[in-house]
Amino acid sequence: MAASEQPAESAGRWPARLHVVTGKGGTGKTSVAAALALGLAAGGRRTLLVEVEGRQGIAQLFGTDPLPYEERHLADAPGGGEVRALAVDAEAALLEYLDMFYKLGAAGRALRKFGAIDFATTIAPGLRDVLLTGKVKEATTRTSGSRRTYDAVVLDAPPTGRIGRFLNVTAETARLAKVGPIKTQSEGVSALLRSPMTAVHVVTLLEEMPVQETLDAVAELTQLGFPVGRVIVNGVRPPVPAGRAVTAAELERGLAAAGLPTDGPTVAGLVEEAHDQQVRRELEDSLRGDLVELGLPMIELPLLPGGVDRAGLEALAETLVRAD
Amino acid sequence: MPSEDAAPPLDVDQILADDGVRIVVCCGAGGVGKTTTAAALALRAAERHGRRTVVLTIDPARRLAQSLGLTELDNTPRQVKGIDVEASGGELHAMMLDMKRTFDDVVLQHTDPAKAAEIFANPFYQAMSSTFAGTQEYMAMEKLGQLHARGEWDLIVVDTPPSRSALDFLDAPARLSRFLDGRMLRLLLAPARTGGRSMFNLVTASFGMFSKVVQKVLGAQLLTDLSGFVAALDSMFGGFRQRAEQTYRILQARETAFLLVAAPEPDAVREAAYFAGRLREEQMPLAGLVLNRVHRPAAALSAAESLAAAERLAAAGGHEGTVEVLRAHAALAQQAVREEQVAARFTEAFPAVPAVSVAAQPADVHDVDGLRTIGEAISRS
Repeated sequence: MAASEQPAESAGRWPARLHVVTGKGGTGKTSVAAALALGLAAGGRRTLLVEVEGRQGIAQLFGTDPLPYEERHLADAPGGGEVRALAVDAEAALLEYLDMFYKLGAAGRALRKFGAIDFATTIAPGLRDVLLTGKVKEATTRTSGSRRTYDAVVLDAPPTGRIGRFLNVTAETARLAKVGPIKTQSEGVSALLRSPMTAVHVVTLLEEMPVQETLDAVAELTQLGFPVGRVIVNGVRPPVPAGRAVTAAELERGLAAAGLPTDGPTVAGLVEEAHDQQVRRELEDSLRGDLVELGLPMIELPLLPGGVDRAGLEALAETLVRAD
Repeated sequence: MPSEDAAPPLDVDQILADDGVRIVVCCGAGGVGKTTTAAALALRAAERHGRRTVVLTIDPARRLAQSLGLTELDNTPRQVKGIDVEASGGELHAMMLDMKRTFDDVVLQHTDPAKAAEIFANPFYQAMSSTFAGTQEYMAMEKLGQLHARGEWDLIVVDTPPSRSALDFLDAPARLSRFLDGRMLRLLLAPARTGGRSMFNLVTASFGMFSKVVQKVLGAQLLTDLSGFVAALDSMFGGFRQRAEQTYRILQARETAFLLVAAPEPDAVREAAYFAGRLREEQMPLAGLVLNRVHRPAAALSAAESLAAAERLAAAGGHEGTVEVLRAHAALAQQAVREEQVAARFTEAFPAVPAVSVAAQPADVHDVDGLRTIGEAISRS
């Protein structure tokens, strides 16, 4: 058995083949998706990291040139694995699709010339989503020889506010196309997205709005029948030992012992900081409690003080694949 | 140290008090406190500057919406009660944008009821009015135009949609125009305009091929719906475009002030810089940058000093409380330094844009008192 056919250590914890990563804007879902793709590639596997919103978030994160509509090498994973990246473009996906099924050639170019694709995806955004998810499905199920091309595909998906509609392609297209190949295509995509091969992970911060959107998104995804994987709490600050609040007098003695200034403003400033921290921690605990009530497996990723660089991503990757 | 030619700090009170300013647009990436900033500014304009203010929010947090009395999405401004306007004589009204309903209203305004009913029933209209990427942006512009045209308010504060990119808000009208002017649309319309029965009787070689493809891929029923939709919309195109252009011109006028909202994080700052560049290109008046969620240590000890002392104390034993406080302070001081570096990417690129930093609040804001506190923090320059 070839190395990459061995179930990697991470496979038991991340059993899906297609990992859809969503979250409120600003929660770092692109970083989390990239870290997951790195983590799942570790040890000689190959993963594909896909983006669909034309934001070029992956290129920005890795400091590369804008990604084309083409699967390219993005990064080596620890232990000899590889992450490839793909930015799916709806227009290119449509032409590819038409070519594959209808051998279109010139007619496909005519479509582009008339602005038909722009038109079609403007007037019926559901069609755009079918094309984008259709490409993701194709990559997830593609084989080279007798083996799957990718051990896992990680999708940096639209944010929580749009994720239900984005994944629920059949409902969106059913309104428009009641018969025909687009309908067949969307049904195929839908079957994959609702199967155990897929897991939708929701990234959040311990802040009120992202947590609220996470709760809403999990409810919506569950109701629509999509398998929700994990709740990933990003940017978690190191736990502060839950001590009693330190008094000014106590602090003054401590500062004196450390040879630091014990003037009024310094002591008052530190007491204020400690108080704010306490307030923040209580709020975070209560938000964490709300997330725990979802009953889903939860992972906490540490705040990267230096910002998300390559070393930071690898640290996140490590935390992700080791999670219980 | 700010250099001598650096812009003065942003003075939002000057903007909010200026009778010549009728519109304040808050824009920036998602998750930077845009809605809260818009609401806080609107409250301050009413309470402090006595202006009859309306705030148009797009997607407020539930509790923030409730604090403004917005319990339902009814697309109409509602007066916010329980605020302190006795002395100033101002008023605050608030509304949440209902995208679909705004679109429906536009259709109703531009066509007769029978035709409107036909449009509403068309599956393409249903898809476009609820999901078109850009509909929300366009409808926010439309609503802004409507509020402005009513002339009932001294000041309109607009929160912009949490778009994929903050630029979508500016691009929506142009995109709509492009769409309406598109060759594709005219081709689809040609038969309807000439009274032809088939939409594909227009004989050009490549279009014939195109229509075959479309029929094959999408099916004939879809084409019928599409043709119906396009034909029905045809009567309204002029009105659509005219309004979008009108609103666009208002945004360029002296009565508008754009405020960029960002947080000291690389993505948010990059987005703010893109936006500042675009506003300059479009000749839209950028008033300044509000940098939210800035961490400022309350004590003056440096991170290094604080951390070293914490280690000394920890090694010596005892004073656990102080060790904890010093470590937390060091982390905060380090964060403050990083945030300054990130923010400098904007100020170095746009040195003439006035800016103000707003300290991170320990807890989320969801009541009028919290908004008032934020308003004070934004105004303290």
